Amino acid sequence: MEKILLIALFAPLAGSVFAALFGENKKTLVAGVIPSLFLVIGTACSLYLLTVVMSGTVVKATLFEWIAAGNVSIDFGFVADQISVVMMCVVTIVSTMVHIYSIGYMSHDEGFNRFFSYLSLFVFSMMVLVMSDNFAGLFIGWEGVGLCSWLLIGFWYKKPFATWAANEAFIMNRIADLAMLMGMALLFWNIGSLKYDIVFAHAKLVDAHTLTIAAALLFIGAMGKSAQFPFHTWLADAMEGPTPVSALIHAATMVTAGVYLVIRAHDIFILTADVSYFIACLGTFVAAFAATMGLVNRDLKRIIAYSTLSQLGYMFVAAGIGAYWVALFHLMTHAFFKALLFLGAGNVMHAMHDELDIKKMGGLYKVMKPTAIMMILASIALAGIYPFAGFFSKDKILEVAFATDHKVLWLSLLATAGLTAFYGFRLIMLVFFGKENYKEFFPKLHPHEAYPYMLYAMAPLAVLAVIAGFFEESLIALLEKAMPIFEPHISSGEFFMLIGVTTTLVVSAIAFTIYKYSKGGFSPSLENSTIYKLLFNQYYIPELYDRFLVKPYTRMSDFAWKQIDLKIIDVVVDSIARTIYSSGEKSRDSVQSGNLSKMLRWMVAGLIVLLAFAFLYSIAVS
Amino acid sequence: MEVTLNHYLLLAALLFMIGLFGVIRRKNLLMLFFASEILLNAANVALAAISYYTNNIQGQIMAFFIIAIAASEVAVGLGFLILMYKRMNSVDLDNLQIMKG
Repeated sequence: MEKILLIALFAPLAGSVFAALFGENKKTLVAGVIPSLFLVIGTACSLYLLTVVMSGTVVKATLFEWIAAGNVSIDFGFVADQISVVMMCVVTIVSTMVHIYSIGYMSHDEGFNRFFSYLSLFVFSMMVLVMSDNFAGLFIGWEGVGLCSWLLIGFWYKKPFATWAANEAFIMNRIADLAMLMGMALLFWNIGSLKYDIVFAHAKLVDAHTLTIAAALLFIGAMGKSAQFPFHTWLADAMEGPTPVSALIHAATMVTAGVYLVIRAHDIFILTADVSYFIACLGTFVAAFAATMGLVNRDLKRIIAYSTLSQLGYMFVAAGIGAYWVALFHLMTHAFFKALLFLGAGNVMHAMHDELDIKKMGGLYKVMKPTAIMMILASIALAGIYPFAGFFSKDKILEVAFATDHKVLWLSLLATAGLTAFYGFRLIMLVFFGKENYKEFFPKLHPHEAYPYMLYAMAPLAVLAVIAGFFEESLIALLEKAMPIFEPHISSGEFFMLIGVTTTLVVSAIAFTIYKYSKGGFSPSLENSTIYKLLFNQYYIPELYDRFLVKPYTRMSDFAWKQIDLKIIDVVVDSIARTIYSSGEKSRDSVQSGNLSKMLRWMVAGLIVLLAFAFLYSIAVS
Repeated sequence: MEVTLNHYLLLAALLFMIGLFGVIRRKNLLMLFFASEILLNAANVALAAISYYTNNIQGQIMAFFIIAIAASEVAVGLGFLILMYKRMNSVDLDNLQIMKG
């Protein structure tokens, strides 16, 4: 059983190393196929482990003792328990599909081999993150996915903005990771171990104040990775990377690592009610905040990115309220439909030759039916209509918020659900239906559907986006051994009222959107309104960051470089070197003069010195 | 007045000082050779005297060795000296600075 666990963990690494062997070569198909096959193996192992864990066994494997210094002892251990096995399955399934899809998507890219090496390495890091049985291993995976995210956002490194976006993502994550590292250190300081079992068992004994600080610090780390406000700007810019990367890393897996951390450390967050309440409030805020930015954006991928942000907010609400299994449930369903949505967007981009402005598209349904249908399925799932996956998980979150008397949060989330339906279908309408604007902007363009196998790779995700909601019961059955199952206590009348309200709102939002955009959309004069400008410029937050953080920091660095480094440190170091050099130069001139007479004098002087030494030594000895 | 070991050693030290002074001050290569011969013979005097007074033959053997070595050294050195004079028309040390580093 241990072997299966290790195969699931190391299969992606093997694929990555294999593809890396071809890194410098021209595009070789095998460099894409073999990593995909390795991932199929990984998926099979994960699913097998799922059945094993469902039968009640937790699989553990310890590779070796990792750090042993003083009373610090950290093993390099991995575990497939109820929580991590769900993540493993989600990660491996989505990555397998994305790998197969990428073989087609990247087929004309000269960095094909390099791409697969990075992508598999990412999957490996993600597996380390979710499977580790201690915070230190989790942190390794955490940094590993950060690194792979950087490599993949900046994959087209010749585009200046891509490298800029990669750096932005990496630096923002570093800032948040510092907090997380401090939180881990605080836990270790107070408990003396980083192993989950021990930390969670002893969390109660820690002073409440300290534990609150530790939980807050851990959550700041989660905020960075899950791009929650105020660390949210990197996620939209990360869309500069190839689209499969956006699907896998910036929608389905890596950005949900923050949610995973909160779920994993739920024993700590249960004890810190203040932090949990803050998580719920921040989640609600981000859900609404990101959805409003998605309303007006014209960039195909950025809209989906804002939608991801918004859904991450929903997950944090669930986790903050204490319904950890609902957060995990929404994480799972979201991974499927959002990856599907992104892969569909990839097909559209292929058809449109990398054009991203949805106002320049339209009417694509005629030429790419399968993609359109799958994207519509994903959008319905995102909006949350029965019986699609999003319905079960998102409505559960609303229900939980309602049942725990967080009425303000509930109202805000409800409104956000309406916005979600709107921007989801705005995108569908502008891309696939209506006037064929692309004929006007790109007269020579003939959009075409993607390769069949790319569609086949999307099909399982489409199926899961539809049916994943029905796994609710089995998920509860699985998770009840690992965490307290939060069941909202509401009467059946309220229950149906809630569903009725949500569904009515969502359906009417969809109907309104379809109606409005089939009539030609909103009037352009709306684009001059203040609120439109505010939303379109992302609340001017990137500009504020630039003006108040980036620019002053650049000036400070400039000062430190030109005034402190060049004028003080360099001058001191240089003058030391120069003094030594010139003294050497002078003594060489006098000693190595080539004049035998002078040399003899030096010799005599040396002889006298040595004699003096011998004399003094003999005195000292006697 | 009886002649003791100390007198010999004093003589040797005196000779050594003269030789050393010559080595330091002399600029003529030939004179430098003379000075170094004085140095060696100062050592010889000391060795022979100590050997005599301590009834140990080894010092005198050493003195003979030094005489032999000094003779061969002078033979080689003078050969070089003549060659140098032929080439550079001078045996003055201040004019021989081709080894300047």
